[in-house]
Amino acid sequence: MEKKWEEMSADEKQEAQFQKLLTPKDPEGNDLKFQSPEAEATYKASITRIKDAVQLKKTPDRVPVALLPSMFPFINAGMTIEEAMYDYDKCVAGFKKFILEFKPDMHIGAAGPGPGKFYEILDYKLYKWPGHGVAPEHSYQCFEGEYMKAEEYDLLMMDPSFYFRNFYLPRVFGALEGFTMLPPLTGILEMYGVAFNFIPFALPPVQATYKALFEAGAEALKWAMVMGGTDVELKTLGFPIILGGFTKAPFDVIGDTLRGTRGIMMDMYRQPDKLLKAIEALVPIMIGMGIGASQQTGNPQIFIPLHKGADGFLSDEQFKKFYWPTLKQVIVGLVEGGCIPFPALEGHWGSRLKVIQDIPKGKTMWMVDQTDMAKVKETLGKNACLLGNVPSSMLGLATPDEVKAYCKKLIDTAGKGGGFIMSNGAFFDEAKPENVKAMVDVTKEYGVYK
Amino acid sequence: MSGELVKLLSDLKEPEALAFVEKSLAEGVDPMDLLGDAKEAMNIVGQRFASDEYFIPDLVFSGEILKGIVQMLEPHLKKGEEEERLGKVVIGTVAGDIHDIGKDLVIFMLDVNGFEVFDLGIDVPVQKFVDTIKETGSTVVGLSGFLTLAFQSMKDTVEAINAAGLRDNVKIMIGGGQIDEQVKSFTGADAYGKDAMEAVTLTKGWIGG
Repeated sequence: MEKKWEEMSADEKQEAQFQKLLTPKDPEGNDLKFQSPEAEATYKASITRIKDAVQLKKTPDRVPVALLPSMFPFINAGMTIEEAMYDYDKCVAGFKKFILEFKPDMHIGAAGPGPGKFYEILDYKLYKWPGHGVAPEHSYQCFEGEYMKAEEYDLLMMDPSFYFRNFYLPRVFGALEGFTMLPPLTGILEMYGVAFNFIPFALPPVQATYKALFEAGAEALKWAMVMGGTDVELKTLGFPIILGGFTKAPFDVIGDTLRGTRGIMMDMYRQPDKLLKAIEALVPIMIGMGIGASQQTGNPQIFIPLHKGADGFLSDEQFKKFYWPTLKQVIVGLVEGGCIPFPALEGHWGSRLKVIQDIPKGKTMWMVDQTDMAKVKETLGKNACLLGNVPSSMLGLATPDEVKAYCKKLIDTAGKGGGFIMSNGAFFDEAKPENVKAMVDVTKEYGVYK
Repeated sequence: MSGELVKLLSDLKEPEALAFVEKSLAEGVDPMDLLGDAKEAMNIVGQRFASDEYFIPDLVFSGEILKGIVQMLEPHLKKGEEEERLGKVVIGTVAGDIHDIGKDLVIFMLDVNGFEVFDLGIDVPVQKFVDTIKETGSTVVGLSGFLTLAFQSMKDTVEAINAAGLRDNVKIMIGGGQIDEQVKSFTGADAYGKDAMEAVTLTKGWIGG
């Protein structure tokens, strides 16, 4: 008899997830119909290759190659970022062209640009995007601020959902102003008094907020249908999607979009205990976010972009005190939930390698940006699959021969004995197509294990 | 001078440093002396950053304490007592890019090290760099950028400075997340720095000080 999910060990869960990826279903739940036997073989070979690279038990048949672009597919297809954000059909057409042109072993889907109109409906203030603060041909960019105030830690910890709804969300979405008038849900208890809780829903600002939510939801669904359809189509053509969702390091949750870089740095000195408590409170929430996404998408890889832990952003002591313990808990929690945590070491992380190598073996994959790959292999690489680290500058400015030489060196060092996936090191917008192609082609030729 | 403020500020003791300034002002200590101590402390902070004893949060926090001290001293200072600066530097995040954390750190470190910095902000049009170099007579230009689009914007900015006939008057340094030697060659800049301290070293090498 098959074991129930809850009874499985982390190993068994991971194995079950890979088996699920190897027997893909269509949206109706039937076996996915591939467009050709070759496509099916390519798809399954890619999944097996990635599985072997991640698990560190067996050397794959060759080094897998992934492409994780930011806006490159759309620029490459000759459209502006504004078009990719507002014309969903155009967006997926550009993305499909990109996959068919470069043929990576895995990709992350076309959801990068996101639905422009959706952001507009909600009056999103956390980012500037084409037509809203940046030029049509440029990528959206985060607009940092102190969206959470220094004195609001207690509020956040007491009831994170209430804090998000009544304080944080109305600050980052102009259209959600009405949320500030809503009472906590936990006041709805018994017959007497229950009706008082619902009076705010009669108020025009609250109703305007709900109207915006209905519209935004409809727009998000419209967009997701187009994106999802393309993911399935690309699968039938033999190209698996790698991404199952995302979560964040608790320190980055506070430091990126709540308190901001400056804010969290002040808090480390002025109210370290509160900051630590808040970060700890976020651990189960971040684990749940990753596992939930993975169950919804049926894909185990959970991306974790890592920011404030990079070299220089914290001292060694600060890293060990504020950043790593809770990140490690999130990683371990995801692994226990059957996920494959996929953290990205954005920037340089050379000084952190000895600390972060302490993770469950064969359960994670790490995107490496500019850290010396040989050093990463000797440390973190003993316990984890590495992915990267072809630099953006090289993809944008070098010659294809230079790219090939760099990739060969990567295959020789990071690829030694398996546990490596060739990829760009950072999400990129501008690049020479011939360089991207060189990276993929050289891996398929030179990366074969003998 | 007791040097106590130098120690308190350079050791990042915020409440103690602010209390010391308040007490000293009440006791009639010359605010210029206190300001001098604060500057000395910031130099020590800069040195500790350069020797990897301090990191970015320490820099940012020291700047925050300094701001508090200067606010307390300001009402007591006479105008026109600005000290001589070593040289002038123009800095901005290039056109199309709105990232400012790295740029602001570089400005902070240059300022602490005695340079006069003209901060042009983010998403700076090429012409604004050219105009500011002309207006201020700055001899060093710093171009910051985080995204790959910044490569081209940096190149455009260097070319515009060249076309305006100013290239021989200035040294140009670039920096940011994806910047390396290859990007430096592409843009035609004179140098790139991987952190705020390298920007100071480059500037000192060009201007002196």
